[in-house]
Amino acid sequence: MIQIKDLHKSYQMGANSLHVLKGINFNVEKGELVSIMGSSGSGKSTLLNILGMLDEADSGEYILDGLKVKNLNERIAASYRNEFLGFIFQSFNLINYKTALDNVSLPLYYQGIKRKERTDKAMHYLEKVGLAEWAEHLPSELSGGQKQRVAIARALASDPKVLLADEPTGALDTKTSYEVMELIQGINDEGKTILVVTHEHDIAQMTKRIVNLKDGLIIDDTKVEQVRASSYV
Amino acid sequence: MFDIERWQEIFETLRKNKLRTFLTGLSVASGIFILVILLGFGKGIENGVKSEFERDATNYITVSTWVTTKEYKGLNPGRFIQLKNDDFNTISKVYDEFFDKKSPSYHLWSALVSYKNQSGNYRIQGVTPGYQEIENAQIINGRFLNDADIQETRKVGVIGRRLKQDLFKDEDPIGKQISIYGINITVIGVFTDPGGERDESRVYMPVNTAQIAFNGKDNLRSMWWTIKMADDFEEAVALSNTLSQNIEHDVKVRHTVAPDDTSAVRVYNTLEEAKKIYSLIDKIKMVFWFVGIGTIIAGVVGVGNIMLIIVKERTKEIGIRKAIGAKPFSIISMILQEAVFVTMFAGLFGLIAGLGILEMVGPQIQSDFIKYPQVNFQIALTTVFLLVFAGALAGFFPAYRAARIKPIIALRDE
Repeated sequence: MIQIKDLHKSYQMGANSLHVLKGINFNVEKGELVSIMGSSGSGKSTLLNILGMLDEADSGEYILDGLKVKNLNERIAASYRNEFLGFIFQSFNLINYKTALDNVSLPLYYQGIKRKERTDKAMHYLEKVGLAEWAEHLPSELSGGQKQRVAIARALASDPKVLLADEPTGALDTKTSYEVMELIQGINDEGKTILVVTHEHDIAQMTKRIVNLKDGLIIDDTKVEQVRASSYV
Repeated sequence: MFDIERWQEIFETLRKNKLRTFLTGLSVASGIFILVILLGFGKGIENGVKSEFERDATNYITVSTWVTTKEYKGLNPGRFIQLKNDDFNTISKVYDEFFDKKSPSYHLWSALVSYKNQSGNYRIQGVTPGYQEIENAQIINGRFLNDADIQETRKVGVIGRRLKQDLFKDEDPIGKQISIYGINITVIGVFTDPGGERDESRVYMPVNTAQIAFNGKDNLRSMWWTIKMADDFEEAVALSNTLSQNIEHDVKVRHTVAPDDTSAVRVYNTLEEAKKIYSLIDKIKMVFWFVGIGTIIAGVVGVGNIMLIIVKERTKEIGIRKAIGAKPFSIISMILQEAVFVTMFAGLFGLIAGLGILEMVGPQIQSDFIKYPQVNFQIALTTVFLLVFAGALAGFFPAYRAARIKPIIALRDE
């Protein structure tokens, strides 16, 4: 599903250049649930942003489902993101004046799907994350866990090939974190490829494979025995 | 632009952000509203001043004649050119559409006028009712000549204030008879004239009565016309010069005078007085345009500012939209369509409110210097579109920049 070869990325910080990714190589197969770990500054978020086409690598190769992602202009990147990727952010990033339902249907709006169909689909995914009753509520009326569920529903709405989660439980308490992870595991069970960036070991243990990053390089890449989040709840 | 889905999205955004929509709309609407009121009252003051000073501003043309100095078509120089009633009537008819007031004049430079045992030499002038406005004579007692006086060739006269003092002292002259060269004339009014004592030492009487009484046949000494007020001074000058030339030409043809004989037929037009009034009106116009343009600029800056703030405030939202697949163009058009819609709607609202107030308040105003405040609808509408355009332009650059920044940076924006 994802093939990455010798990926480099550096940021210009004033006069200094900060080399964040120093040659990343790794592959993700379809249906995998991978966590990317590392201390802050290890480059894990940068990697995820590049994978999510929110940011672009300086050099190296990135192939998403057979599609070479290179020299994207904003327009093409936007349509790739819309079609292939779903995002889950630490701070949820819901649009605060839109209801849960409207937030979930927004990616479908950008796919040019008609209103009626959009609402039906969005409702379906809200049901899937267990928030059908909260469809008409604004994000400010939802708890953190509920917001993240809405965000997950939104990420799923366009039926992407890959879900990318950046610290999805970073802003949540432990109990809620496990609930969210349970949901993510469930989605993975249905065959969706998911990448999770986290620095929490218990969260990482709930994935099927842990990739460890340090100073811009992968130092460890192991498959693990998945801990079901449901066993905690 | 006509994508119904996009409009739905925009209406939803506007509805869910009522305060922002309201504030944007308010600033645009009030800008247009103030502009309409300002321009309306500017026009009102212009109208008021125009009507107050119209009389002083009127430009008159006068024709008088003398002796020829050039030989022409076998006629010797030194011939006196005598104006006739016919000259006046024909020219009045030909240029009727340009003339406001008109009067022929047959006068005696000096005639013996007496009342009881008082007497003196005064100027006697036979005119028609239109002459009152031409000379700017103000009636202080009784009335001026009217059309009936002319039609019935009445033996009546209007006397100047000075003449009244000389002959009547404190006595009321109305209805009394004065004698001019032994002909009895009934006094019907007393006038003053801003021209001073010289002008107030006159008797005005019907032109035909004067011609008969003083053996003038159908002769005239001079002819007077005032020209209707033009929109601006240049136009007034052009009209006045054209009329003067045409009238001079006509009179010369009628009396067989050489075209280059400057002495025989003299046509004057006065523009000096008019020029002052026109320049006053021009200044009033200028002041209000200046204020109006200032208001528009303030409005444009205001709208631009609001757009900048809106885009800044929505940076994160733009980042989210981009992350989930919004193309840069759809971001720009979303912001612009919103801006154009709000400014257009609010602008038209302000326009209608302003026009409504002018319509309602305008007729109530009891001031000589403000009359019929009104706004050129086209100018007002143009202003609305100008503001909308400026708003769109002011919104475009921040929107363009916001659409260009990477979603990851926009997402970090707090």
